[in-house]
Amino acid sequence: MNVVEYVAQQVINAVSLGSLYALIAVGLSLVFGILNLINFAHGDMMMVGAFAALVLQGAGVPFPIALVGGIAAGGLAGYAMERVAFRPVRGAPDVTALLTSLGVTFILENLGILLFSASPRNFPLPAWLGHVYELAGGRITFTNINVVTLAFAFLAFAFLYWFVTRTRIGLGMRATAEDLTAARLVAVRVNAVIVVAFVLASSFAGLAGMLWAAQVGVAYPLMGFTPMLKSFIAAIIGGFGSIGGALIGGYVLGALEIAIVAFLPAAVSPYRDAVVFALLIVLLLFRPGGIMQVRQEVKL
Amino acid sequence: MRYARLLLFAAAMVAVGVLAPHLGEYPLRVVIVMGIEVIMVASMALSNGFTGVFSLGHVGFIALGAYSSAILSLPVTAKHAYLRDLPGFLAHVSLPFLPATLIGGALCVAVAFLVGLPLLRLSGHYVTVATLGLLVIVNVVLVNADAFTRGSRTFTGVLPYTTLWWVLGWVAVTWLVSSRIAYSPFGRAMRVSREDLVTAEAVGIEILPTRMTAFVVSAFFCGVAGALYAHYLTSFSPHAFYFPLMIQLIVMLVVGGMASLTGASVGVVVITLLSETLRNLERGFHIGALHVPPLYGASQITLGIVFILIMIYRPQGLLGDHELVLVPRSRRRRLAGTPREETEVQV
Repeated sequence: MNVVEYVAQQVINAVSLGSLYALIAVGLSLVFGILNLINFAHGDMMMVGAFAALVLQGAGVPFPIALVGGIAAGGLAGYAMERVAFRPVRGAPDVTALLTSLGVTFILENLGILLFSASPRNFPLPAWLGHVYELAGGRITFTNINVVTLAFAFLAFAFLYWFVTRTRIGLGMRATAEDLTAARLVAVRVNAVIVVAFVLASSFAGLAGMLWAAQVGVAYPLMGFTPMLKSFIAAIIGGFGSIGGALIGGYVLGALEIAIVAFLPAAVSPYRDAVVFALLIVLLLFRPGGIMQVRQEVKL
Repeated sequence: MRYARLLLFAAAMVAVGVLAPHLGEYPLRVVIVMGIEVIMVASMALSNGFTGVFSLGHVGFIALGAYSSAILSLPVTAKHAYLRDLPGFLAHVSLPFLPATLIGGALCVAVAFLVGLPLLRLSGHYVTVATLGLLVIVNVVLVNADAFTRGSRTFTGVLPYTTLWWVLGWVAVTWLVSSRIAYSPFGRAMRVSREDLVTAEAVGIEILPTRMTAFVVSAFFCGVAGALYAHYLTSFSPHAFYFPLMIQLIVMLVVGGMASLTGASVGVVVITLLSETLRNLERGFHIGALHVPPLYGASQITLGIVFILIMIYRPQGLLGDHELVLVPRSRRRRLAGTPREETEVQV
């Protein structure tokens, strides 16, 4: 295996991982931009999506429809979460909603354990998804899952772009992110905007959950927490609150993680989570606005 | 009667110490664990509640205190059996309980100071996120530092030094030190910096040293509590000091009221009683002819719901910023801060 092939393989891995981080980070950033809420329960929407697809397939529903079901389940869970847990604490100090989201995580993960048990379950996939493509005589490989992940990520981002730039509620969303009070003054229906943001963010997370489960082959109730934390870092790398920034940040983080494993000595790779979180702290201190230079009052 | 409350407090501690062992083994275990958690949560209240720097990283200090004290106090023979790769200076010493605990706490102070220098400059929820990062980093290091911690495998052979009296003693020290700090003029500076940074700076309060003092003191007691916990459990893995413990302590802190030291302790008692009761119920029970089947995890879900209800209806916690008997009322009135603003904008 020569250097070019090795790098090409790592690029494929990075794009695949980065797409998932970007999908999750976009939702985190969308909600944060509007409500200043760091939603720890966002990762659990991945679990909801993955298990919805798992149950639907178990009931004999074909894979593409199960996929749509998983996205819908994520969106529905996001709607319920906003109404039950976040709307009642609207207006309280930021940390209140953050703690509430920790409570939601706690409930959803234990609910997942109660319903499905904590142990991982095989995530059923149609055979065509496992098809392996071989390039350069089998030295570069990827599967249909990688292709589907990339395709869905781009579809989702295209939809989101269309939505926030071409629809009325999308416009309201951008206005609310800019200044919530001013948006109300010009008759933006802020509550509707917030609900839509949660539904969009959560359905994206639901989609990411299914794709994640498809890539690793299993789904389990706690599957969303670590990817959520990482995507959160991705969102900060890009500039927290910026949708475009979250997208870029997702791919940057994916590339970074793959690079740590692929190009640094093997002794470093178990520490990659520590490296990534140390990077987060450094970033918060020296470039809190991320790549997009979102203005933030981060320091004293 | 200046010392009446202090005497009352001491009498209550002694009463617990004398009575608890007669309750039986299971209640005694619950009391010991509650005592350890009171140290953790009360010291988190000092930093998170009084200065408003909401840290999720304190469990990282608990982990550091637990592992460092356990490594120090482990008998030399056990070190040869379990930790063959330990560097020489650690491999041949085995300290008594108290020095090991104190060194564990001191290590936490050093780490808290170093990470506090950059982190405590961050504001609002950024500091929350950055301290969460600290917890992840500590965990990754513990899992990978095989020579010191046996990695993700269970660390065993720790002697069961932790007794009820050790725990009560440390609870008393934590309460006394924290309340002396929290209800001093310095404590008022902490609360002012929580309420309004600009006002605080305008009246000459230096934000960073104020936050740092609270952070470092709370890190020390978290380290001590970690050491007590380690010598109580006697075997544990890094996972025992990770997100589940973090969420549990945060729930206790917030439910009790984080702007109050005794409130935090009330939170520990309430949540412990609630979760012990629920845990016994979820195994299934009969009410007359009605049979409720076991629902494992239901207790945790109920706890989560209680937590969210508290956040919605009483976000300041059960006690708010009231203290029970710790500080004489006259002193409290003189030093009490302004009541905390609850809402800014109603959307």
